[in-house]
Amino acid sequence: MSDAGQKTTPLYDEHVKLGAKIIPFGGWLMPVQYTSIREEHLAVRNAVGVFDISHMGELVVSGPSAREWLDTMLTNNVEKLEVGAGQYTFLLNDEAGIIDDLIVYRIEREKFLLVVNASRIEEDFTWLQSHLADNLQLDNASEQFAGLAIQGPRVGELFRNLFGAEKQMPPRNQIALFDLGGAKIWVARTGYTGEDGIEVFFSPNDAAKIWSEILEKGRSLGIRPCGLGARDTLRLEMCYPLNGSDLSPQHNPLEAGLGFFVDLTKPQFTGREKLREQKEEGVPCRLVAFRMQGKSPPPRPRYHLFRNGADAGEVTSGTLSPSLNYGIGMAYLTSPPPKPGEEIEIEIRGQKFPATIEKKPLYKKS
Amino acid sequence: MNVPDDLLYTESHEWVRRDGDKIRVGITDHAQAELTDVVFVELPKVSASYEARSTIAVVESVKAASDIYAPAKGTVVEANQALEANPALINTDPYGEGWIYVLQIEDGDALKDLKDAAAYKASLG
Repeated sequence: MSDAGQKTTPLYDEHVKLGAKIIPFGGWLMPVQYTSIREEHLAVRNAVGVFDISHMGELVVSGPSAREWLDTMLTNNVEKLEVGAGQYTFLLNDEAGIIDDLIVYRIEREKFLLVVNASRIEEDFTWLQSHLADNLQLDNASEQFAGLAIQGPRVGELFRNLFGAEKQMPPRNQIALFDLGGAKIWVARTGYTGEDGIEVFFSPNDAAKIWSEILEKGRSLGIRPCGLGARDTLRLEMCYPLNGSDLSPQHNPLEAGLGFFVDLTKPQFTGREKLREQKEEGVPCRLVAFRMQGKSPPPRPRYHLFRNGADAGEVTSGTLSPSLNYGIGMAYLTSPPPKPGEEIEIEIRGQKFPATIEKKPLYKKS
Repeated sequence: MNVPDDLLYTESHEWVRRDGDKIRVGITDHAQAELTDVVFVELPKVSASYEARSTIAVVESVKAASDIYAPAKGTVVEANQALEANPALINTDPYGEGWIYVLQIEDGDALKDLKDAAAYKASLG
């Protein structure tokens, strides 16, 4: 694939310096790994890892009715957010198909920060802009933010190394503004790995300095820079969906098994009617997790899945789990309703390999 | 990057060690470093025949599956079963314990287009 026209983050040169393997991802040139996906993955499970997430988008909504309007645009209940709190939520089209999954933070009483997927920034912005209510301001602030995800059981120690022993990480799903050597830095207690962790956002001008500072202060903790490869294996072990693979306008949050982030008691939001209907009539398909049984190549996206010998659709995400050492994946299955323990098969290069449907998440911390 | 002088090399980063009408084949140090973390190897079946440049094996990393091509037409006489239990041998010892298969070739001339170590090294830049 050509690299022409691909965007780079403010940390691109740092990744190259560290010898990262670079791939195009959602219009961006991103590090897929520095040394080894497996090593980076295990660093996050056992110590701490840092990911460049500067490619992700930041949209800012402000105005007196920002909360009310966002509650009509997003599936989760924005009214429940105190200032400094965030929640996972969905942006749906009129048929309840998923445009994006994102985190909305209430950073001021009348100001909200939406952190969205890199490949959906323009689409989200255009959709929101075309539905914008009066007296509201919507800004695409993506160029004004670089971001890092710092994830792993030793994140608390790293946080104290960075900010001082007297400072506390924000509680789960909360966001707060900190100072790091004169740089303003938003710190959110969120992540995409299943480990304790934070996601931090700051000016692109401070990116190289903050990146170096984190690697330096994390060295004694065993910190590793981590690429998109480990990000993908970590999230898939937790069965966190990836937009574009597990989520798309062809599916809604109920089908994806993420109804927890949809508040159907809200009087109105885009896609609500369709979701209410489905809730009453039953969802036609479900995103399930599976694992390979016995010796098998790892499952990959678009491999075919078989139930009772019949083609039952395609794998949406699949990989070899570095924590579990067997193949894992997710797929949408229709009827009969899939149940944990059901035996299925995955077709790999013309041969069928046994697998079983599993409860989510696939990986549980022991 | 380790490129032993006594081997031949393909464009697709396989190495070939010739012994009469048999060739032992694996992937190069460069190839294993690019793939990293080999987690599964699909070996060819012993006594199966392959055309030159056809897919004969598959090496899978965490991220992707990569085809391995037959450097010449021939019949498989050995496959490295040790890779079934320990696919990472390809990472740790690509030219030794990480060999993939031995092919009995029909025509020795079929190897004349392979690169020597100097030419392969040059192609890596």
